[in-house]
Amino acid sequence: MSSSKSTEARHQSPDVVSMHGARTQRISEHIVEIISDSGEGAQTAGQMFATVSAKMGNGVWTVEIIPAEIEPPARSIEGASGNRIRLCSGAVTNAGDAADVIIALNEQVLIGREAAGEFKQGAHILLENKWAQNKISNIVTAYNDAVGNFKAKGYRVHEIPMEEECRKFVDNPLRGKNIFVVGILSYIYSRDLDIARQEIAKKFKKKGEAIIESNLSLLDAGYHWAQHNLDLHFEIDSPGVTEPQVVMNGNAALALGTVASGMEVCAMYPITPATSASHFLSEIFEEVGGVVHQAEDEIAACAFAIGASYAGKCAVTITSGPGMALKTELMGLSVMGEIPLVLVDVQRGGPSTGLPTKVEQGDLLAAMFGVPGDAPKIIMAPATIEDCFYSIITARKIAETFRTLVVVLTDANLATGQQAFPRPAFKEEWLAPPVDQSPVPAGANPYDWDAATGLSVRRLPGQANGMFTLTGLAHTRQGTVAYGPGVNQEGCRHRSLKLAAFQKTLKTPEVFGDPEGDLLIVGWGSTRGAIEEAVMRTRADGLDVSSLHLKFLQPMASGIREILHRYKRVMTVEINYSDSLDDEIIDDDNRRYANLAWLLRARYLVDIDCWSNVHGQPMKPGAIESMIRSRLQ
Amino acid sequence: MFGLKSECVLKVDEEFHDLEEYQGRVARWCPGCGDNGILAATQRLCRDEQLPPEKTVFVSGIGCAARFPHYMGTYGFHGLHGRALPTAQGVKIRRPDLKVFVNMGDGDCCSIGTAHWIHAVRMNMNMVAMLHDNNIYGLTKNQVSPTTPKGMTTATTPHGSVLREMNPLTATLGITNVSFVAQAVEWVPDLLYQVIRAAYQHKGFAFVRILQRCPHFMPTLFDSLLSNPDDIMVLDSDDGVKLSEATAKVYKTREPHDTADLNLAREVAGTEGKVPVGILYRNASVPCYDELRKPARLHTPEQARTVLDRAFDRFGIFPGASGTRHGTGDETDRRTDA
Repeated sequence: MSSSKSTEARHQSPDVVSMHGARTQRISEHIVEIISDSGEGAQTAGQMFATVSAKMGNGVWTVEIIPAEIEPPARSIEGASGNRIRLCSGAVTNAGDAADVIIALNEQVLIGREAAGEFKQGAHILLENKWAQNKISNIVTAYNDAVGNFKAKGYRVHEIPMEEECRKFVDNPLRGKNIFVVGILSYIYSRDLDIARQEIAKKFKKKGEAIIESNLSLLDAGYHWAQHNLDLHFEIDSPGVTEPQVVMNGNAALALGTVASGMEVCAMYPITPATSASHFLSEIFEEVGGVVHQAEDEIAACAFAIGASYAGKCAVTITSGPGMALKTELMGLSVMGEIPLVLVDVQRGGPSTGLPTKVEQGDLLAAMFGVPGDAPKIIMAPATIEDCFYSIITARKIAETFRTLVVVLTDANLATGQQAFPRPAFKEEWLAPPVDQSPVPAGANPYDWDAATGLSVRRLPGQANGMFTLTGLAHTRQGTVAYGPGVNQEGCRHRSLKLAAFQKTLKTPEVFGDPEGDLLIVGWGSTRGAIEEAVMRTRADGLDVSSLHLKFLQPMASGIREILHRYKRVMTVEINYSDSLDDEIIDDDNRRYANLAWLLRARYLVDIDCWSNVHGQPMKPGAIESMIRSRLQ
Repeated sequence: MFGLKSECVLKVDEEFHDLEEYQGRVARWCPGCGDNGILAATQRLCRDEQLPPEKTVFVSGIGCAARFPHYMGTYGFHGLHGRALPTAQGVKIRRPDLKVFVNMGDGDCCSIGTAHWIHAVRMNMNMVAMLHDNNIYGLTKNQVSPTTPKGMTTATTPHGSVLREMNPLTATLGITNVSFVAQAVEWVPDLLYQVIRAAYQHKGFAFVRILQRCPHFMPTLFDSLLSNPDDIMVLDSDDGVKLSEATAKVYKTREPHDTADLNLAREVAGTEGKVPVGILYRNASVPCYDELRKPARLHTPEQARTVLDRAFDRFGIFPGASGTRHGTGDETDRRTDA
């Protein structure tokens, strides 16, 4: 048994099934939301509950609910902070639809979430009830009004004296109430308390035994309170874990991918929601001789990365949309000078400062066309958190092999969502081989473009006989600045040919569903799980729908054209803005399409429709499902 | 039987880098452009210090001065306007073996790249930064620069510039971690050479402002300085530049100076009416970012594996963790706390 398990009675697992077996409901999945004011620990509680569930072998996907401010006013609608956990008996690929059970530390944080349609009809709301006795009458009124409202809307509200109960165990219930919440949820979902105890011991390890003990009592207190006072008990098949797995968010996966790629330099400037990748990388990078350089601005970060790459240490710069906009000129230099560079854009809502903490897929066209002049580069988009890890390894390989810029588009959904995936097994080939530093042969040029592929051998400072001056100006294969009519044409042609050469290495993506049919949904990036779940649900009802997910957006693999032509209708589903034909003045002549739809229409001459929004939320499978049903009516 | 194997013979002749090796393409600056003198002094420095051309990198931004790397026989990086410094920092961060020089104009350094200039001083990485200051935008044809004297007519200030010119020396000397600041004028080659050589030999970020003539757009700018050499104030200190006899005869205004005194340096930098030349400030004990951030561990596959495995353990879920169907919890991750 684990070391944290003591012989004290309160640490024994209560025999829940025999006591409440009659009222236990079997479920195959649920969505649980834990919300509070910022700083009350709802995120910790959510992560802990999710980790316990993952360790029991449940499929888990978590989404952070993050207010834009660090310390928004208490009890404010906008201040809702917490975590949403989708819990399944089997694998889970996306955040799912609306919440079944919501547990909240005040009623205000519920209001905005409810209004946004995040709660299922008739969902259980478990609410801290201390507000009903507050000295300030406005608070009492607000609480009563909200509870009344929720009840009127059909939610089942359970008012819980959380703070009062916690006070029996700790002096300051503001610290630790979240663990009481984990206790309640552990009862409701029949969680393994041993695992929960281990998580508590791990979480509070640095704070000492006393803190661990008090949190263990709160866990048990929550559990017992729920057991004796709540008529709410679910059992979900939790198969246990058979293969080693890791649970992390997409930004941690990016950081680990950076280490695994063999890159030694990451230059960045803080920007939400990308920064946490650099936080984690900063913790571990020096142990492999790496350096995270926080530059004075986004531009400097990109220039620093380019300088390091030019000197032979391929580098990554991690940013979000506004940061990528600032790096645009340097992205052009990376392409022009053929300096390998990996640029990760963790997309957030735009335009401008937009929705800093929320998801969007609005940067695809900016990444592709944002650089003035012709700047061919490779663009890829991981679809899952696991993919975030492997994509960085791939991106570096491509960047160095093809002497080019590789843009990796993730988003806030991947960045802050957590998912379990098979533990990667280290391979030495992940770390790209050292660059050939032998003396440059006589007569060789810095841009000896291969006539067919545009590829040339990179040379690095330190290589004898290789001295040349890299320039962002138009240059010949000798690296000489030249403005003659043929020179820029030749340079642009060879840099473009590299993309074609790379394209020849890509495999045709596989269709999810049937090879032909009534409707094909095309997606990219983090929406994969939601799209495929919606396709699965509608196919189960006999609808003839399939989906295709693109990882490489530029260049696109061969075979996609043929796939598109095998369906009666094709549409993209994306989290970015597109015009709706429902607007009176929008028609086929002025409609602006979603990012990927534009690209597919242009390349494949197929009349591709799109369905997209900029709500700043992960795409819900249920919403896609309704859309599919209405389109196929 | 007798004698050495041929590959063991010292190849003294081949290992000596002569001046031509540091010459790149033929310079295409205007006749009389001050950049030519800076180039000659720099090539001489490289020869005298015997810098391996393949281990030497000149990084520049955009502007007339930024063509500099093309005219060197070393590696070069002619990048983007204003971005020479962060690019050079990237070059240096994991390549301590490389000798890095940065050539910027006054637009590059004092206008579009100002943020980088301030932070480069603060980071104090080992490199030489030369500010080719001709007080005007030349390549874009005659626009006012931050160092253009107030009242000058330029293409964008046809009635005279309205703002007082900025002083890059006082600005640099005001930045935390400043470690080397010097000034030279390109028309005194002896002084220029000594200043950039001292800059090269300095440990840390060496900032050299070089007043430079632009015969095309600012033909009379330094006329009074050229005709009144007494307005050039040579800083005299034990560890300062030593003028040749011939030069010393012309530049007679001498100012006793202490290169270790930051307040004095700031005072001298702000001198009105006279142009201080020589080393204003030098402090080799300021920590260098490239040394502070140098890898404590080698990047090896074994180390990468160790670090990744530890991280995977931290995020890990291991078989045997109990489910409600199987597993008893007996095996639950003892390793997660490792």
